[in-house]
Amino acid sequence: MIFLKLIVTNLQRHRIRTFISVAGIAFSVAAMLTVVTILQGAIGMFSGILSSDSEIVVFERNVSDLFFSNVPSAAAAEIAGWSMVAHADPVLFGIVSSADHPIITCFGITASDARLRNATWIAGERRAFAQNADDVVLGERAAQFLNAKLGDHVPIGHGAFHVIGILKTANGFEDGGVFMPLASAQTFFHKDGTSSVITVKLRNKDDAASFKAMVKANFPSLIGLEDAEFTRSYSQFRILTATAWAVGGCGLVLGGLGVANTMIMSVFTRIREIAILRVNGFSHLQIGVMIFGESAVVSTVGAVSGLLAGTCFLVILKQVPALHGYIDVTMQPLLMLIVVLLALFTGIAGALYPAAYAMRIRAVEALRFE
Amino acid sequence: MSLPAKTPNQSRRIVLHAQDVWKSYDTGAITVLKGANLEAVEGQSVALCGPSGCGKSTLLHLFGGLDWVDRGHVSVNGAKIDRHRNLLRLLRHEVGFVFQLHNLIPDLTLAENCLIPTVAAGVDRTTALARLKQLTDRTGLTHRLDQRIQKLSGGERQRTALCRALMNKPKILLADEPTGSLDEATSTTVFNLLLDLVATEGITLVMATHDRSLAERCDRLLEMHDGRIHESQQTQ
Repeated sequence: MIFLKLIVTNLQRHRIRTFISVAGIAFSVAAMLTVVTILQGAIGMFSGILSSDSEIVVFERNVSDLFFSNVPSAAAAEIAGWSMVAHADPVLFGIVSSADHPIITCFGITASDARLRNATWIAGERRAFAQNADDVVLGERAAQFLNAKLGDHVPIGHGAFHVIGILKTANGFEDGGVFMPLASAQTFFHKDGTSSVITVKLRNKDDAASFKAMVKANFPSLIGLEDAEFTRSYSQFRILTATAWAVGGCGLVLGGLGVANTMIMSVFTRIREIAILRVNGFSHLQIGVMIFGESAVVSTVGAVSGLLAGTCFLVILKQVPALHGYIDVTMQPLLMLIVVLLALFTGIAGALYPAAYAMRIRAVEALRFE
Repeated sequence: MSLPAKTPNQSRRIVLHAQDVWKSYDTGAITVLKGANLEAVEGQSVALCGPSGCGKSTLLHLFGGLDWVDRGHVSVNGAKIDRHRNLLRLLRHEVGFVFQLHNLIPDLTLAENCLIPTVAAGVDRTTALARLKQLTDRTGLTHRLDQRIQKLSGGERQRTALCRALMNKPKILLADEPTGSLDEATSTTVFNLLLDLVATEGITLVMATHDRSLAERCDRLLEMHDGRIHESQQTQ
C-alpha cells in the first residue's frame, strides 16, 4: 500500500507534468485507434463492394490496383457457365468527376448484379436499369451531392447521364457512387470488352479451392481469391494498414518521449529521496519497480483516456452524414488490446533510462545532493 | 588509536570494528580518513566529535555500507563491509540511520514514513503496525500518526526519523548530527529520547556531533582530527 502511495505521491506532486504525460499517451492512443479504425473500416467497406453477395473475386494477376485490372468479358461469360458457379458478375470500376466533386466512384455493372438486387430503391425501379446507354442509377449520397432527382440529367465526367433510379446501400463507397450499365462504362472508360473484376458466388462454398484452381488453369493471366484472402493480400490494403500503424506508432513514440521526459524529471528532482529509500533498505529492484510503476500508471491512465477519447471521436465521426458508410466504428477488442499494450510498452520503454539512472544512484553521494 | 573503553563493556561482543581505515575523495585529492581505528561493543553509546570535514560522517557511511574504504577494513557484527556483503540485509536489519536533516518524505504521513523500512524488508503489516505503535508511544508521537510531515515540528520530525530508523529493530544506530538542526531545548529532548531508546533496546549507538555537552553523556567520547580517532580523556 505504501509502495503504491510512493508511486502515486510523486505523480500527484507534479500534477501538470503528469497531466501532460498522460495527455501525450492519450492523444497517441486516440490517434492510433482512430486512424487504424477508420482505415480498417474503409478497407472493410471496399472489401464489401467486392463481396456483395459473392465470396470470390477474380481479377488480373499482378496488378497493384484493381482500377488497372482488365478481365476479358469472355472470361466472365465462361466462368458464369461453370457448374459450380451460382452467378458471376463482371464489375468495372472507374473514377469520374463532376463540377464540384473531383472524385466519384463509378460502377459498371450488369442488370442482374447483386448490388441492384439487394439495395433499397428510393426512387425508380431496378427493371429500368440498362435500358439505355446513358442511364445511371445514383447512390443516395451521390444524388444529394449532385443535387439530382429521378429523371434529371446529371453531368458526370465528359458526359451527361439520365438518372433512372436512386438507391440506398449500407456501403459508403456505393452510396456515394454512380452505377451505370457495364457496356456504357466500358465505352466511357475506354475499356471495351473488359471489366475490372468478376465477383463470383459459388453454389457450394467448399468448391472455392477447386474454383481457384480452375481459374488458374483456364486463365493464367487471372487470379481468383476468396474475399478474406483478398483483403489480406491486396497490396493497397496492406499499404494503407501499414501506413495507419506507422502513423499511430509515431504518435506513440512521441507519447513515449513525453513519458521519458516526465520520468527523468521525476528521478532528477528527488535524488535525495531515492537515496533515503536506499538507506532505509530499498533494493535497486524496488527503486526500479517504483519508477516503472509511475510510468505504468501514466501509461495506463493515458491509454484508457485515449481509448475513451478515440471511441467518442469515432462515434461523433459516425454521426457526420458525409461520412456515412465510410467509417465503421465497431470496436475491435483485439485492436484495443494491441493499442493499450503498445501504449504500456511505450510507457515502460520511456522509463527505462530514468529507472536505470535511479537504480544506480549512490546513497552516499545523493545524501549530499541539495 | 581508539580501543574499546576500559569499562564493563569490555566483556561484551564487538559489533563495530574499523581498522586502519583510509578514505579519500576526488580521486585522492582530499584524504578524510588516515588510518582510523574504532571498536564499539554491543549496547555501547559512542560519540564522535570533531571539526566539520574531519570524517565523522564518512566513518558512519562506511559502517552503514553506503561507501567503501580505500584501505583497511570495516566490519559490522563480525562481517566485513565490502562490495560482496549483502548490504540490503545490513541496511534492513542490522543498522539504522538518523541524519541531521530528518530526510522524511513530505507527502507521506508520519506513519507512512516510519513504515518505509518495513515495506523495504517485507515485514508483514500487522507486525509493522505493532512496532510503529510501540515506538510512537515511546516517542510521544501516537497522536500525530496521520499527520503529514509538513505539519510536524522540527522535534517531531526528528523523533519520526528516529522511529523510522528503529522500525526493523536494528542493533546498531548510526546518528549523524541527529540534533544539529534543532534548538537547544528540543535538542535535549530528542537526545534524551535517543539515549533512552538505545538503552532499553540494547542498541549500539555511534553518533557524530558537534555538541560536546550531548557527547559527554555517551558511554564514550571519541575525538576525530587529522583523519584519525582519539579516545577523549573524559572516557579514558
